[in-house]
Amino acid sequence: MSFISYLIKGISLGSVYAIIALGYTMVYGIAKMLNFAHGDVIMVGGYILFTVMTSLGQSPILAVLASIVFCTLLGITIERIAYKPLRKASSLAVLITAIGVSYLLQNLALIIYGTETKFVTSVIPIPTIKLAGGNLAIPGQTLVTIPVCIVIMVSLTVFIRKSKTGRGMIAVSEDKGAAVLMGVNINKTIAITFAIGSALAAVASVLMFSSYPSLTPTSGAMPGIKAFVAAVFGGIGSIPGAMIGGILLGIIEILGRAYISSQLADAIVFLILILVLLIKPAGILGRKMNEKV
Amino acid sequence: MAKYLSKLSKSTRSNLYTVTAILAAYIIFTVLIATGNMSNLLQGLLIQIFYYAILAISLNLTVGILGELSLGHAGFMCIGAFTSAFFSKCTVDIITITWIRFTIALIIGAISAAIFGAFIGFVVLRLRGDYLAIVTLAFGEIIKNVINVLYIGIDQSGFKFSVKDSVSLNLGEGGQAIMNGPQGIFGTPNDTNLTICVFLLILFYIIISNLVNSRSGRAIMAIRDNRIAAESIGINITKFKLLAFTISAAMAGVAGTLFSHNITILDSKKFGYNQSIMILVFVVLGGIGNIRGSIIAAAILTLLPEYLRFLENYRMLIYAVVLIIIMIINWNPTCIAWRKKYSIRNLLSAINKKKEA
Amino acid sequence: MKKSLAKVLSLILALALTFALFTACGKKDEDAKEKGSKGTQSQDSGDKADKDGSGKSAGKFLIGGVGPLTGPAAVYGTHVEKGASIAVKEINAAGGINGYQIEFNFEDDEHDPEKAVNAYNTLKDWGMQISLGAVTSNPCKAVAAETAKDNMFMLTPSGSATDCIAYDNGFQVCFSDPNQGTASADYINEKNLAKKVAVIYDSSIVYSSGIYQKFAERAKDCNFEIVAAEAFTSDSNTDFSVQLQKAKDSGAELVFLPIYYNEATLILTQADALGYDPIFFGCDGLDGILAVENFDTSLAEDVLLLTPFAADAEDEATKKFVSDFKTAYGEIPNQFAADAYDAMYILKAAIEKAGVTPDMSISDICEALKVAMTQISVDGLTSAGMTWKATGEVNKSPLAVAIKNGAYVSVQ
Repeated sequence: MSFISYLIKGISLGSVYAIIALGYTMVYGIAKMLNFAHGDVIMVGGYILFTVMTSLGQSPILAVLASIVFCTLLGITIERIAYKPLRKASSLAVLITAIGVSYLLQNLALIIYGTETKFVTSVIPIPTIKLAGGNLAIPGQTLVTIPVCIVIMVSLTVFIRKSKTGRGMIAVSEDKGAAVLMGVNINKTIAITFAIGSALAAVASVLMFSSYPSLTPTSGAMPGIKAFVAAVFGGIGSIPGAMIGGILLGIIEILGRAYISSQLADAIVFLILILVLLIKPAGILGRKMNEKV
Repeated sequence: MAKYLSKLSKSTRSNLYTVTAILAAYIIFTVLIATGNMSNLLQGLLIQIFYYAILAISLNLTVGILGELSLGHAGFMCIGAFTSAFFSKCTVDIITITWIRFTIALIIGAISAAIFGAFIGFVVLRLRGDYLAIVTLAFGEIIKNVINVLYIGIDQSGFKFSVKDSVSLNLGEGGQAIMNGPQGIFGTPNDTNLTICVFLLILFYIIISNLVNSRSGRAIMAIRDNRIAAESIGINITKFKLLAFTISAAMAGVAGTLFSHNITILDSKKFGYNQSIMILVFVVLGGIGNIRGSIIAAAILTLLPEYLRFLENYRMLIYAVVLIIIMIINWNPTCIAWRKKYSIRNLLSAINKKKEA
Repeated sequence: MKKSLAKVLSLILALALTFALFTACGKKDEDAKEKGSKGTQSQDSGDKADKDGSGKSAGKFLIGGVGPLTGPAAVYGTHVEKGASIAVKEINAAGGINGYQIEFNFEDDEHDPEKAVNAYNTLKDWGMQISLGAVTSNPCKAVAAETAKDNMFMLTPSGSATDCIAYDNGFQVCFSDPNQGTASADYINEKNLAKKVAVIYDSSIVYSSGIYQKFAERAKDCNFEIVAAEAFTSDSNTDFSVQLQKAKDSGAELVFLPIYYNEATLILTQADALGYDPIFFGCDGLDGILAVENFDTSLAEDVLLLTPFAADAEDEATKKFVSDFKTAYGEIPNQFAADAYDAMYILKAAIEKAGVTPDMSISDICEALKVAMTQISVDGLTSAGMTWKATGEVNKSPLAVAIKNGAYVSVQ
């Protein structure tokens, strides 16, 4: 019985990772950059939720909308100011800039909101469902997180496959030069990618802080890294891969903690990641690119 | 002298300049310290600058010359730091001559990190690009996490290990926990000094620049520039990749040794991905593949946050802003063009031209 | 391009170093001046005397502290800084120590021993005479080693590991970790709170693992049994479902939480979702749980904690401190702030006892205070009648408090 219970916990944690990983993988797939500031956008989303709901006393729906709008604008602004000037630079330079942005957001939050932990009111008011005489508890948030995750995954896939902008994104990710020749506006496409990625971060923050409501300026850092790992797990750039990677990561983390060692849970996650990558060097659903001379 | 200099190859000359500059800086610093003209802060920072410079050039070997992104460099530093600190802590009463003990500690740090480097390199170097980056990050985190739960103690019956807590070490009478999980190693002798740091930095600088110009170095760079072409002309990819990776790890291990013997308390928290990224920032800021640049960038970015202390609460915020701005100035095409146009050399030549006219 | 980059960088470096050297020289100048004015009191004239008047030798105690003001541990550092600042203001307003004012300076260490030493050196350049050590344990050990080298007196408000006072110039205001572990085990034992106890602790921090280890050692001789000891790390401190499930499955009636309140809020929330309701028992790290903004305090109902300070205590001193703190910073102080506040008054008592004056050398101050510390008894916010052993350890009594209706109530 406890195994099933752990499995549910794993899926619940994993679905949060999955939704963060979706944003990571989108940006990576199209802009080919590791956006280390993604986790911190989630933290910002959390503070917006907190401000709107607790400080201003508005309704949760308004808070969620405000969070999504703010994060989207933030994503576009960051892209415009910090990443766009480096479009032609080495991808490492962009990586470092992303780290700079991450420090910037954390320290801004620290100055504005202080160091004290804030508690975010859950946006999802579904109580825990108890089965098997109370031995099996399914948190209400999990019941929402997984469907939301699937809906986002499907609609993202449809958007990218079917819409003109989406196909532009595929073109940019395959070959920037050719995409320009085909009349795709690269700057616009990448800006849209960041907008979507950041909106996803806002959704992720809603779901994450509903499950784990404690909020500090560094709340986004570790989930960000874990989601990055999840995205690589599933095959970075692949949208279903991010979802599968996220959920697997959650399950491995919880089961590792439960059955191997609670101190070494993180090490176990990373060890399994290495093993997966050694067997499938491009992740679970990643495509193997054939290199040419 | 000038004649002799002009005979040397361009790269040798440039290396000579760098080494001379480091030595000159060293002499100036020593004089300033001896005459009491240097602030306590800067005295403390000097050693840090040198070991961070060693870390930066060693990572530059992996990132700039081998062309593989590694996000786990702090892991090698961690291995070097802990093994050498463990050794020194155990032998502090047995080997009383400091320089002998410290030399052995440095060798232990280098070798243990090299072994890990070779092992990890062997496992991961078949991966490429961002996948390699994430796996090195994973290794770094594993090392950090494992050391965090490692308890090693010593009593009459010898060494005792545990991965749970210090209670389960069951140390006998007079036993001592040397590595104590998150408490780390306390009381490592402070053996690091400026002279040894300078010596090692110059040594490693020469090793790396010679490697770059050697047969092996050219093979390594050929792999970076085009793996398939390099393979097709018979370069043993695994061998050379492993070579570069191992040397890089060994140097990081030495830097770790310098680190652990500079500070009394050593804990594994320091060696997370943030530290690896910090070293990567030195490399990227100094110029990927530019060894001298790495040294300069390490120095600036070690000094910068300390000299921003007057900003108080805004210190780290301004630091982040400065980081972003420096990256944009360094890498944005418009900025590069602007910088070239208004570089000192161009301005000087423009003035000269005017004069001539 | 690379070359020009290197040039730009070396130029900046050269500038930075020159700047650093100049500031260093400036400092030395002042130091020299200070020394001069010490020997021959009124020799200096004009602007020099003026400068000294606003500076050090006019008789100010320069006290410095180090702690995290940024990064994940920032909350502890900021509270220590604020708590100490309030005490400094009060002491100065009341005429200082033996007529000498205090100047207090606090530097950020980002919870990193290496940065803590840098911060300590910065303070030394500023002219610090007495150190408050560092806020968190491992940085404090690093600073302690430096103060021992300089023979500077150190009184850490919150560095609770035993090694923080490994040198004879170091003293603690807070309980040491081992003491907290032992005291908690004894309390559970004496009050017969439970037969089966589970522990959830943070294996990646010194404070938590230090308490846990002593607790586990002591528990062998107690009337209860540790049925589950589950760890978490600061890298995965959001999901506690496994730890709680294991505690529940093992039938523990009491869960011991030697952790900080941030994680405790999540543990309480998740235990509630799981339908698990044991007695939760914590140490001083749990103080502050009621101040977490927007946290549903009903979840913390009946939580027991062994703490020297509770912000809701009814005594005059605590009430005044809490209201001053709220007015100044808009927050409720936690035990870190209280320890820092006490630290300043302890320093005051020790300085008055030893008759130390600011013109004495750092080493002389240290020697005098070391002796005075073992002779004084201080009534502070965190305990009445605190006394010290020569080892630096404090002797004070922890207070057991329970949370009832969203407030702390002391229990016998």
